[in-house]
Amino acid sequence: MIYADNAATTRLSKTALDAMLPYLTEEYGNPSSLYALGQRAKEGIEAARATIARCIGAAPGEIWFTSGGSEADNQALRSAAAIGARQGKRHLISTAFEHHAVLHTLEQLEGEGFEVTLLDVHENGIVTPEQVAAAIRPDTALVSVMYANNEIGTIQPIAAIGAVCRERGVLFHTDAVQAAGHLPINVVTQNIDLLSLSAHKFHGPKGIGVLYARRGVPLRPLICGGAQERGKRGGTENVAAIAGMAAALDAACAGMEQNAKKLTALRDRLIEGLERIPYGQLNGDRQRRLPGNVNFCFEGIEGESMLLLLDDAGICASSGSACTSGSLDPSHVLLAIGRPHEVAHGSLRLTLGEDADEEMVDEIIRAVTGTVTQLRGMSPFWRDLETGRRTHVFAK
Amino acid sequence: MALYSETVMDHFRHPRNVGVIENPDGVGEAGNPVCGDIMKIYLKVEDEVITDVKFETFGCGSAIASSSMATELIRGKPIREALALTNKAVTEALGGLPAHKLHCSVLAEEAIRKAIEDYYRRQGIPVEGGGCGDCAGCCGCGG
Repeated sequence: MIYADNAATTRLSKTALDAMLPYLTEEYGNPSSLYALGQRAKEGIEAARATIARCIGAAPGEIWFTSGGSEADNQALRSAAAIGARQGKRHLISTAFEHHAVLHTLEQLEGEGFEVTLLDVHENGIVTPEQVAAAIRPDTALVSVMYANNEIGTIQPIAAIGAVCRERGVLFHTDAVQAAGHLPINVVTQNIDLLSLSAHKFHGPKGIGVLYARRGVPLRPLICGGAQERGKRGGTENVAAIAGMAAALDAACAGMEQNAKKLTALRDRLIEGLERIPYGQLNGDRQRRLPGNVNFCFEGIEGESMLLLLDDAGICASSGSACTSGSLDPSHVLLAIGRPHEVAHGSLRLTLGEDADEEMVDEIIRAVTGTVTQLRGMSPFWRDLETGRRTHVFAK
Repeated sequence: MALYSETVMDHFRHPRNVGVIENPDGVGEAGNPVCGDIMKIYLKVEDEVITDVKFETFGCGSAIASSSMATELIRGKPIREALALTNKAVTEALGGLPAHKLHCSVLAEEAIRKAIEDYYRRQGIPVEGGGCGDCAGCCGCGG
């Protein structure tokens, strides 16, 4: 099997598993208990907090454990909105291609009286600091721009956007779920006030994440309960997952430069191979994208059938077609970069992991090429494109 | 549980009756590229019996499987019987479809009906009814 869906989730690393096992077996104490067994669990949490803080240039007291990226996004936006509302600021800025954890929270806030501006992300899938500067108003409470897009992998100029926000006195949140462990993060030099990350995107366990909140940015709890996380997140901590996340992030950061170099070369090989398929096009900026991310649209075919055939060929991939989302519309990300519906249905995302090599990439190229040819061979849409009854969107 | 039944996957992996009929007696197309699925049905008719049927489909796994199954169900059948084919019959023959995929079977029913209507038109026989039936799922249905 070729697993090329690392943006969806990653395999738990041995390092992370080893860090988790004690807390799943012998060290089962509740971190809130005062006896030694409980206190050892508490120490495990605090050691993990320190490790994660170090990986992103934060202080341990600025790290808050959540159930994952979505919860961190929800809490970041809700907290910033509450801070803004107290000062009479009810304007929120974000982008059209954020993760739904951000977009749907913004929709809710809109219903509660906030005004939301979603910035255009252009055909290359990148927002500029100038756009952010132009959108900021005296009543802007928050700017939220993702570090790297989860579908097309494009990397945003986070430090520059953070600088604009800092200068104008506006809180800046970044959803770094796809970036953490893959791209360098320093919350100080990048002027980040709030940041979300999720462990299972960098070989940690599922169901655990972090919200970084700069000192002085008060969080609003989403889950009320005990005094865990200093009252900002009730519920007994998932100690094993927290320990696994810290070990995974530490390892990812240590190997980041080397992995990025290797994956970038493989990514470019994959892009070049898929570009040989006629009437297909890469989605998102060619250079400013995550090291392992490749996302193409192919004319005349639909994504879900492509995924099923690739699965038969032993390749795990994903698509932004409506049929894979369960909704009637294709991916909002592909629509945001200007892909027409009929083309967005034929999208394919391949996200490589550290286990990838040239042989794997070449096998993916062969399988995708065969799949596209096979499906086009039975597509009346493709026939219409070929006979000129409909017009191509892409160049050959 | 897998997304699709074994029968759906069989018809998706090995679609029956894929292709085009040169000089067909009737052609019908349903769906549109914006919605992400198009089905095209070609018929050959002799003595009011469908002697040959082919399809082309742009769409997801269930769209391809629905077209394949629908063509199997009408092949060799009298026109009248084919006209009575419902999306429910297609879905049942496939061993069921996920709820959000039912419109694929509707599309198959619609494409076949349009092909038969086209046949009637070519024969100069008046066509009754038309429209989109009980389609509720497709996004650009004009019926």
